[in-house]
Amino acid sequence: MSTAPAIELKGISKSFGPVQANKDISISVMPGTIHGIIGENGAGKSTLMSILYGFYKADKGEVYISGKKTMIPDSQAAIAAGIGMVFQHFKLVENFTVLENVILGAEDGAMLAPSLRKARKELTALAAEYELNVDPDALIEDIGVGMQQRVEILKALYRRADILILDEPTGVLTPAEADQLFRILHRLKEEGKTIILITHKLREIMEATDTVSVMRRGEMTATVKTSETSPEHLAELMVGRKVLLRVDKEPATPGEKVLEVENLRVVDAAGVERVKGISLEVRAGEILGIAGVAGNGQSELLEVLGGIENGTGTIRVNGQELDLTGKFSDARSRRKRGIAHVPEDRQREGLIMDFKAWENTAFGYDDDDAYQAGLLMDNAAIREDAQGKIERFDVRPANAELEAKSFSGGNQQKIVLAREIERDPDLLLIGQPTRGVDIGAIEFIHQQIVALRDKGKAILLVSVELEEILSLADRVAVIFDGQLMGERLPSETDEKELGLMMAGMTGETT
Amino acid sequence: MEQLPKWVDLVIVPLVGLILAFFLSMLMVLVTGHDPMEALSLMISGALGSTYGWGYTLYYATNFIFTGLAVAVAFHASLFNIGGEGQAALGGLGVALICLFIPWPHWSIALLAAIAFAGLFGAMWALIPAYLQAKRGSHIVITTIMFNFIAASLLNYVIVNKLRPSGSMDPATGKFPEVTHLPSLGDILNAVGIPFSKGTPANVTLIVALLACVFVYYLIWRTRLGYQLRAFGKSQPAAVYAGISPIKITIVTMMISGALAGLMAINNVMGEAERLILGSVEGAGFIGIAVALMGRSHPVGILFSALLFGALYQGGAELGLWTSIPRELVIVIQALVILFTGALDNMVRLMVAKVLLRPKKAEA
Repeated sequence: MSTAPAIELKGISKSFGPVQANKDISISVMPGTIHGIIGENGAGKSTLMSILYGFYKADKGEVYISGKKTMIPDSQAAIAAGIGMVFQHFKLVENFTVLENVILGAEDGAMLAPSLRKARKELTALAAEYELNVDPDALIEDIGVGMQQRVEILKALYRRADILILDEPTGVLTPAEADQLFRILHRLKEEGKTIILITHKLREIMEATDTVSVMRRGEMTATVKTSETSPEHLAELMVGRKVLLRVDKEPATPGEKVLEVENLRVVDAAGVERVKGISLEVRAGEILGIAGVAGNGQSELLEVLGGIENGTGTIRVNGQELDLTGKFSDARSRRKRGIAHVPEDRQREGLIMDFKAWENTAFGYDDDDAYQAGLLMDNAAIREDAQGKIERFDVRPANAELEAKSFSGGNQQKIVLAREIERDPDLLLIGQPTRGVDIGAIEFIHQQIVALRDKGKAILLVSVELEEILSLADRVAVIFDGQLMGERLPSETDEKELGLMMAGMTGETT
Repeated sequence: MEQLPKWVDLVIVPLVGLILAFFLSMLMVLVTGHDPMEALSLMISGALGSTYGWGYTLYYATNFIFTGLAVAVAFHASLFNIGGEGQAALGGLGVALICLFIPWPHWSIALLAAIAFAGLFGAMWALIPAYLQAKRGSHIVITTIMFNFIAASLLNYVIVNKLRPSGSMDPATGKFPEVTHLPSLGDILNAVGIPFSKGTPANVTLIVALLACVFVYYLIWRTRLGYQLRAFGKSQPAAVYAGISPIKITIVTMMISGALAGLMAINNVMGEAERLILGSVEGAGFIGIAVALMGRSHPVGILFSALLFGALYQGGAELGLWTSIPRELVIVIQALVILFTGALDNMVRLMVAKVLLRPKKAEA
């Protein structure tokens, strides 16, 4: 082809102190294509895109836009060069209208009215051209996340972006919304826009992109045509070894009821009812998966069970009722009843990031007799215990003296899992077990969860990753707007049906 | 941002801050028409040049150790106790009450009782803001500082209207009985054969302060309570996840903090003044914040920074005494040290980081 690439990076390197986030990276993306960048957390994807958008300055290397060497010292220069960025966490003003958000930072003068008039006209044109319909006068806080994302895309287009970078765009979307997004991206591509899609989800790469680059530990390990590769091959390129993408497990042999929840309701601090009468049960030796888009009440469900929030209704564990509001509704009392909890947000709740690994292995169990030495804590005993846990759960580096924050996401999760699973709980609550965890560690974590199930323990799994739910759970319940929409067996359903249920279409209960 | 080696953070950063503060101070001295080198040497020799100077330095340092530890313990639970001033004042009331109204057989027993009461009164004074924070969400910075004023007014009332001997014009209680007078540092050191000035206020409370440092070290890093309060200080959601009650930790931590601040009264009320004078805390509660910041909330660091501030106080007093450098300027110098070692800590750290981390990059 004779046309110049829309974007070409040559030999980009960037280090943060001793850490080299990008090592001599080169890519070129042709105009009118969708290029995927895939890699594990910390592989350097975000750093690379931040360089392209002017947040960081590369130590070495050059950027060419449409064949011209371009310097991008800040985001304004990036916008001027025709680069638009849609961040993972939207940068929108909640109580502004769509229109106001679109012109924010791109006003033409001191008076708003002319800018708004011009933007309204342009927005209508853009909506027609790319099928990006949004109500320009709706408040951001009133529209759904899918719509909010469209506003972000419109913002970029309004600023005349020819190159769109999307950073993990489907993290907060339902499968249906994600499909819609991909349709929009295809449309944009047909109109000649260039799109860079950053993700860690293999499926999205396979579905949406023309070419894909794989990053591992700051290096670009391969760039291939999507049509000439497979998920297994990409996973191998990402991790550097063969990875088992599906979980190997025997059929469950459910025993006694361990957890029974009846008509559970949770009202949050703002007075909004988050869980609206949920009933469910989990038996010994089975995994119940709760599927749903984030923010539909699954977090609150876990928190009430884990003793973090109060609720009303009835919860029984091994036939005995739990205290939901009183003196024994705290997390410590829950642990005494044989409930272990791997929380959804391990960095905020599950670990103290500034504590050393060994201190974290006692977290929540610091009242254990084995950890006491008279009035003081038996730090030597905790350290020894921690070292064992670290070895058994293959935490790397295997150094209990390191602070939790210096481990990777996967290894942090292994620390939490080791702590909770080795308590031999009757019931394990586990939220987003592999969020922010590298593919290599996912395999290990899934094996540990299945192993616990096979020991005859009850497991309640909450995840926004449908794939994970489908491969781990023995039964799947779908949560929407604080209610369960129905239950399915993984073998008798698929992502499409669950996706519909996650969007609020009632499925008939089995 | 890159991490600095620990020793740089602990030693170099405060030292650079200190040097900057002194440099600016000396510039001030120069501007007002005095000789900065003379002022500096007078300050140093006044604070550390004789056992007399050391006696005063150690006396002030003792006060600052207590208030510094008080702030540090609260810091570890991410609570900002700026009520040390009021808690120390109440501690003084506790000391005065037991010294004035109970006939003690020996000073050592009186000292133990004073420790208990000074701590208790300080703790109770911290309990109210702690309760308001834990249960009602009233911000502890606001309430503790308000309670400083309430404490001042309360002491004013109690001293002037209740404890003042009839006929006295002084806003102070009567002299404590002879038996409650604590041995001075001079007495103790001379008894073991070390010559030390007897005319200084430094007294046996210094030993209590050192024990308090040891206590705080064990409390924070070796006990379950310390583990829980550090966890709470780092992440409240994580603490709740672990089943640590935010209410309990807030209240207990603040009471320990208040008790430590209250203990200061043994030094200045029982050990030095030997009666309770209005306004006896003299800002030591606030100096404690700077001491804790500079000492990185670690007992050993607090010990050193309390010594530094003690020397600064004594050196400043000497400066006021022997030169025509106005008293206000001495306060400016002390304020600059607080500014640079406490408030501008991060600025200094960034400067140090820039200088130290640059050559490493060039090597790589």
